[in-house]
Amino acid sequence: MNYDPFVLPLCIGVIILAATLAYKYLYWILTLSNADKFKILKGLFSFRFFKACKEVFLESLVHRKVFKVNPLLGYMHMSFALGWLLLILGGTVESKIHSHRPFNAPYEPVFFKFFNHDISMYPWADEFQLLMDVLLLFVLSGLVLAIIKRIYSRFFGMKKTTKLRLGDRAALMTLWLIFPLRFLSESFTSGIYHNGGFLTDGAGRMFATFLPLHNLSYISWWAYSFALGIFFLALPYSRYMHIFTEVILIFLRNFGIRNCKVYNSFSAVEVHSCSRCGICIDKCQLLTSARIRDTQSVYFLQDVRNNTVREDKAYDCMLCGRCQEFCPVGINLNNIRISKRFDFTPGNKNFEYISQKIEKTAPVIYFAGCMTHLTPSIKLAMEGIFRASETDYIFLDKDGTICCGRPLMMAGEILKAHQLIEKNSKLIKDSGAKTLVTSCPICLKVFKEDYLLNIEVIHHTQFILRLAEEGKITLNKSDLKAVYHDPCELGRGCNVYKEPRQLLNKLVDLQSIKNEAEYSLCCGSSLGGLQLNSVQRDHIRIDTLAALQKPEHDLLVTACPLCKKTLSKGADSEVKDIAEVVWMGMKG
Amino acid sequence: MKKKRVIVIGGGISGMEAATHLASMGYDVTLLEKDKELGGHLLGWEKLFPTMRMGKDVVEFLNKGITLSKVNVIRKAEIVNAVKTGEIFTVTLANGNKFESDAVIMATGYDLFDARKKEEYGYGIYDNVITSADLEEKFLSGKPILTSKGNVPKKIALVHCVGSRDEKVGNVYCSKVCCVTAVKQSIELKESIPGVDVYCLYMDLRMFGMHFETLYKEAQEKHAVNFIRGRLSEACENQDSSIIVKVEDTLAGKPLRMTVDMLVLMVGMVPSAGTVKVGKMLGLKFGPNGFLKSMDQHTMGTITNIPGVFIAGTCAAPRPINNVFVDARAAAITASSYLEGYDIEKRISYS
Repeated sequence: MNYDPFVLPLCIGVIILAATLAYKYLYWILTLSNADKFKILKGLFSFRFFKACKEVFLESLVHRKVFKVNPLLGYMHMSFALGWLLLILGGTVESKIHSHRPFNAPYEPVFFKFFNHDISMYPWADEFQLLMDVLLLFVLSGLVLAIIKRIYSRFFGMKKTTKLRLGDRAALMTLWLIFPLRFLSESFTSGIYHNGGFLTDGAGRMFATFLPLHNLSYISWWAYSFALGIFFLALPYSRYMHIFTEVILIFLRNFGIRNCKVYNSFSAVEVHSCSRCGICIDKCQLLTSARIRDTQSVYFLQDVRNNTVREDKAYDCMLCGRCQEFCPVGINLNNIRISKRFDFTPGNKNFEYISQKIEKTAPVIYFAGCMTHLTPSIKLAMEGIFRASETDYIFLDKDGTICCGRPLMMAGEILKAHQLIEKNSKLIKDSGAKTLVTSCPICLKVFKEDYLLNIEVIHHTQFILRLAEEGKITLNKSDLKAVYHDPCELGRGCNVYKEPRQLLNKLVDLQSIKNEAEYSLCCGSSLGGLQLNSVQRDHIRIDTLAALQKPEHDLLVTACPLCKKTLSKGADSEVKDIAEVVWMGMKG
Repeated sequence: MKKKRVIVIGGGISGMEAATHLASMGYDVTLLEKDKELGGHLLGWEKLFPTMRMGKDVVEFLNKGITLSKVNVIRKAEIVNAVKTGEIFTVTLANGNKFESDAVIMATGYDLFDARKKEEYGYGIYDNVITSADLEEKFLSGKPILTSKGNVPKKIALVHCVGSRDEKVGNVYCSKVCCVTAVKQSIELKESIPGVDVYCLYMDLRMFGMHFETLYKEAQEKHAVNFIRGRLSEACENQDSSIIVKVEDTLAGKPLRMTVDMLVLMVGMVPSAGTVKVGKMLGLKFGPNGFLKSMDQHTMGTITNIPGVFIAGTCAAPRPINNVFVDARAAAITASSYLEGYDIEKRISYS
């Protein structure tokens, strides 16, 4: 067996890493709820397992989603992940073929060139030299990009990259050293024994002309081993924990486990899966419009990991979900934020004094929402549409009612929200309705997500479209040019993108805009942003309006009373809810 | 020596009064007014607080000044350009006419806050929601005050601070005149509709002017106007087109709902479209609230960042009529000092 004391740092590092990871992952999986554990068990023996494997390859290794957002950044991540894995696999196969044994010391592939000076005596030796050097070059090219990104993030089209903590810095420095040291060790050795490929042997011959390689090569193998060992030791306490945790996350997610606004070990897996690519930073309007630089999801997750979440930071987020849409790991950032807000809530309150009864039953129940009551033209339009379509409905909150609970939910007041949810659920159940229609996407989100209603819950855009398709109302198309602003809670929140557009295409000449659908900007009034002042909100609104002003249009249409109210302030054109546009056409 | 020339932009109270004084000092004064008649917003107010004298009396006083001092008045003047080249100002109108001067008085005034922006109050949506300006128009018409359906209202609420002191609409300042206008209009409503109940929904009552407090007391004691401290949250309409208002009575500490036959919104002042347009043409600075900015709050009122341009009246800040008069005369004096070569800037030891 080949052995030299310099292999010890690597071996110690790997053993401690393996033990730490095993402990953490087992702990997280064992503390999942029984239902979730059962899902894992079922998932392991189903088709989902293979789906997860495919996703691990595409996301953890190739980094497809990072590629989609930023190709240069994607290449950087891929070169490290895929390049390193292939180096390990290639090296392992090479060393096993070389030694003619299926089992050899695990460090042997890593230090193959140190122990084996004659490289011509095994099959495909030349091909292996070529392959290993190409892979090393691949990783080194990624490293060059990583260094450029750290120094000059604009090169990546990113305005800002992540800030580092001490643990990250240690891991980052050693990670950056690993591959140059590998290159130097192999080159130095090849300079003496000519056992390298095109890259290492070429460099080795060059180094041999002016460097004392006999002394240097041994030292560099020690340094290489130390770099690896320290990196593996620091890994669980650094952002590189994401390398392994993302794999676990992908499996758990494929097995059907979801984040549900209560911080649990699945949330912990999500938090540790963040690679801190920093894509969320530039997408955050709090940065781009309000110049708030320290609350973006990547920093928040870092605080969650380090147990240093501060109240003001927990609340300094609009929960608009834009970062989540761009997150290559697909972490449910909004729910994690809400789950942490819960820690700062003052406790429960008794809402027993609220009582309301349902007077009649009807197939449709309409919940306008408080914001719709503050924009009465939407309410009047909906009442008109209900009348014209001869819909038999109950106007649940005609005369003031119990809040839907979403504002409390966004504030992290989950217990209070559930009291209201219970009260409203009873009313809705008593109504005998089969369909719940809301005008406010904020209400819609909580009705869909947190109420366990056994009836259809839809937004008025979906309801109106259905009425039109069933011929119960007639839509009149005008030649007005219009742009559509996707409300956060309707689009990203409830995945309703199609119906508003189908409806608008029947009503106006709909123009397409730059940040549409899932990438739409927040109007700035989000109820989630509890830390924002009116000036910061104004900055966001003004920038969003500026983005909406192109192309030219007569009408700015949205589907949320809060967006409507916000955007009306300072818009060049008239701002209307879709319901108003429909009703305007019906009235003639 | 040739007479020095002054252009006064805006023929409301401040423009008319400044023009009168400058002309009486011997300057060649041109007054540009966008409408066909001089008087500005004052033409729309029937009686003035706190004395209840007629608005048209004041218009008459102002007009006499214009006639006596021989101000050159240009009506229906739509300004398309205003520039300063060297020491000379050139103002171009839409009809192609050009006017030159050595100084300019900005008296472009205010616009009323567009109550439709406060959609939850239902202006433009519910027929019986009107603004304080609409109510004045009704008073001016001399006809009885009736609801949209032609009935005599039994209960009327007046909402203070609509578009003022309201971060949500972006106006954080107090418009100064609305509180006392509400008190005045409450009394007028009480006097013109026997037996009507009048409610004022206010945040604070800012009775800063001489005799304002007396008027407020009179409204409570003599006319039994109800003052409720609380901001209106929303209004909605009943089947019979009466209005339900929801407000928190913050003194009683409980929510209040009531039905009224008419809701009057006390709309505040915003910088007029003309103030913004001409201000930008001349390169004037605007303050954080969007009104024209004077060089110093205490010592340099009426003086702007462009030498030779002076501001008078409500284009600089919301003001009641008596203050506008004083301000217009002050602008005339500072303009005259400038034209005679007195450099007030020398007195500033700060920048």
